[in-house]
Amino acid sequence: MPASTGSSFILDDPAPLVEALLADGWRVIGPKLGDGAIVYDEIESASDMPRGLTDEQEGGRYRLREGDPNRWFDYVVGPQSWKKYLFPARQKLWSAEKGDNGFAIEPHEDDFPKTALFGARACEIAAIEVQDRVFDNGDFTDSGYKRRREATLIVAVQCARSAATCFCASMNTGPSADSGFDIALTELDDGGFFVECGSDRGAAILDRIGPAEAGTAELEAANAVTLKAAGMQTRSMPDNIPALLRENLDHPRWAEVAERCLSCANCTMACPTCFCSDVEDVNDLSGDHAERWRVWDSCFTLDFSYIHGGSVRRSTLSRYRQWMTHKLSSWHDQFDTSGCVGCGRCIAWCPVGIDITEEAAAFAAEPLAQEG
Amino acid sequence: MEIHGLGETLAAHPVFKHFDKETLDLLAGCARNEHFRAGQAIYSEGDAADKVFLIREGDIAVEISAPQHEPIIVETLRAGDILGWSWMVPPYKHMSDARALNDVRAISLDATCMRNKAEQTPALGYQMFKHFVPHMAVRFRALRMQLLDVYGTNKG
Amino acid sequence: MAQDPMLPRRYRVKRAWSELSDVSTMELEPIDGEAVPFAPGQFNMLYAFGVGEVAISISGDAADTDKLVHTIRNVGAISGALAGVSDGDVIGVRGPFGSAWPVAQETGRHIVFVAGGLGLAPLRPAIYHVLNNREQYSGMTLVYGARSPDDLLYADEIKAWKSRFDTEVEITVDHAAPGWTGQVGVVTVPLDRTLSGSNGAEVSAFVCGPEIMMRFSVMSLMAAGVPEDKVWISMERNMKCAIGFCGHCQFGGDFICRDGPVFRHDQVSRLIAKKEI
Repeated sequence: MPASTGSSFILDDPAPLVEALLADGWRVIGPKLGDGAIVYDEIESASDMPRGLTDEQEGGRYRLREGDPNRWFDYVVGPQSWKKYLFPARQKLWSAEKGDNGFAIEPHEDDFPKTALFGARACEIAAIEVQDRVFDNGDFTDSGYKRRREATLIVAVQCARSAATCFCASMNTGPSADSGFDIALTELDDGGFFVECGSDRGAAILDRIGPAEAGTAELEAANAVTLKAAGMQTRSMPDNIPALLRENLDHPRWAEVAERCLSCANCTMACPTCFCSDVEDVNDLSGDHAERWRVWDSCFTLDFSYIHGGSVRRSTLSRYRQWMTHKLSSWHDQFDTSGCVGCGRCIAWCPVGIDITEEAAAFAAEPLAQEG
Repeated sequence: MEIHGLGETLAAHPVFKHFDKETLDLLAGCARNEHFRAGQAIYSEGDAADKVFLIREGDIAVEISAPQHEPIIVETLRAGDILGWSWMVPPYKHMSDARALNDVRAISLDATCMRNKAEQTPALGYQMFKHFVPHMAVRFRALRMQLLDVYGTNKG
Repeated sequence: MAQDPMLPRRYRVKRAWSELSDVSTMELEPIDGEAVPFAPGQFNMLYAFGVGEVAISISGDAADTDKLVHTIRNVGAISGALAGVSDGDVIGVRGPFGSAWPVAQETGRHIVFVAGGLGLAPLRPAIYHVLNNREQYSGMTLVYGARSPDDLLYADEIKAWKSRFDTEVEITVDHAAPGWTGQVGVVTVPLDRTLSGSNGAEVSAFVCGPEIMMRFSVMSLMAAGVPEDKVWISMERNMKCAIGFCGHCQFGGDFICRDGPVFRHDQVSRLIAKKEI
């Protein structure tokens, strides 16, 4: 029976899916082992993926461990996210040549082949959907982002376990994705994969394989997997955090967290939704050729808020406050969603282990009286 | 007759308009009319602060001089303003120069006379300070803003 | 917007001249296509070839579609390159961007403009609108403060406005050398004086200048009974993209580039007195 949105199947392992994508001309980006962490990179077969590994994560800590050698996806998210493909860290916007009428501007389109993101987690799909809103804000559309996004296919992996840093359940972004994928895989406890078809494009890929249809038993087993992963989560975000932060800009807790914060910007680089960027104008030596590049920036740098005369956010306190209130509170005003998806990267990759959920809990526990 | 007329003139000034007639008549005893031509010095730095001026017409520049450059006008005062507060604070000496920018008509109040009346009648002293201090506060706030030199770092 | 909002369009400098020692004004005309209409208070991103791009408010008359006018202070490499252009030079322009002074909606009211320093430049298009349609407004006052008499922008034009019988113009400087017969003092002093002779409830105020000057001016306006929803200010923050993508200009939940730069005061009053927002 041909696949369609909502239909489900069984696969023994992910290899046929990777092969089908490659055969259909997709560049496949998936998890790989790199520098002691799970990173995202181009894969040529399922065997490129780090089968048998699992991770341990805590505030300021990330370690890979040998796990069950038969398990494909027992690690969760690493330091990178898919952001680096859809919103590259360095991106040429245009170039200009001196000439008649001053100069001529040539728009730049980077080469982005049709790309399958293989192994995207629920929180990561939520993060992509958050950035979809950022780069199509009602008034303006980022044409490069749109082009890359439209050339992207998503193969989700529903999480079978959570790291100690995960809190997607409280953000309602995981551990299983209900939508936003073309195909979703759930690695079942007894081995094998429950496969959901999420789109026509996903169906076309699945039809190349022709997998066996799943039954109720497999569906229930898959639900149990992600339910168990949700149950493993110990961290959470208070529900009322948007209002809580809006009303506690003068709370003494900001000074306490600023004592620890190094203003290193790791959290913003690791965050899958952080979108701030700077532009660089570059010249060649002749001065006849100029280019504009867009590069990732961070609200933790002093220059970020520079206006003539000085920076607006001079203290670490103000920069941490900007990041956290933006992520959890003002993001709602801007994009009608939280900027946090509960992936926990900012916790694990903070060199001093600052924990956004612990900070949020401190405001919830002892809020200042509401401003009159 | 002259004294009575000054009482009415005082009553027309924004600082004194809330005073009762009795108080105004008392203060009028310390008052006299003043007239300065354009460019005329009203007082100079170091002079005894023996008068306070209530400006009725015209504009006055308050200047500070320094040896290495031209005097700087730090403030201009207009009709309705009060010129001089050094009379309230020992050693009762002016710390700036005041110059008429155009034809100025003012009422001066003799500082010794005012201080004596305030000492003798504390209720009058209190009333007087209550109405003088807000004027000073407005000018201090303005001077604080001047100190920031806000236009040095401006949008453009 | 048909064109990619990140791509500058080329404009030729019709005429450029020096306003003050570090401030220049330029008139621009498009090389590629038609002039783009703008509303008073909006800004453009101006690009100096190979140097970079900076946000500059539009300071000309929106009704005059023949030329685009910008006044620029030389405060760095980019603004220096732009302030130094000559007739015939070509620069890049993206825009116009941002919110506008809603001056056309405030008919029937006493319009009070409060400008500090170069803040007069973004207000000038709104001033032109009121002057061009003066009969639609019950009054017009401009209170303008600058650092010194040498720092007064558009001095000849101000003189002409001052000579009109239907406008009130108050100029003050922070300090002056003897010989200056005008006012010395901060902008709130003549503002307070002007307001004391007006009915605050009938005033619609447009304030532009350094943030501190705007905060103090707003206090004076409120004290005089001007309704909070009849006061507009123009905010400044770092801007890189002008289209809400780069994140630099955030002020709480607002992007100054899209939601501003012009805000009704009650939209930003919660945050404006907070430090380092």
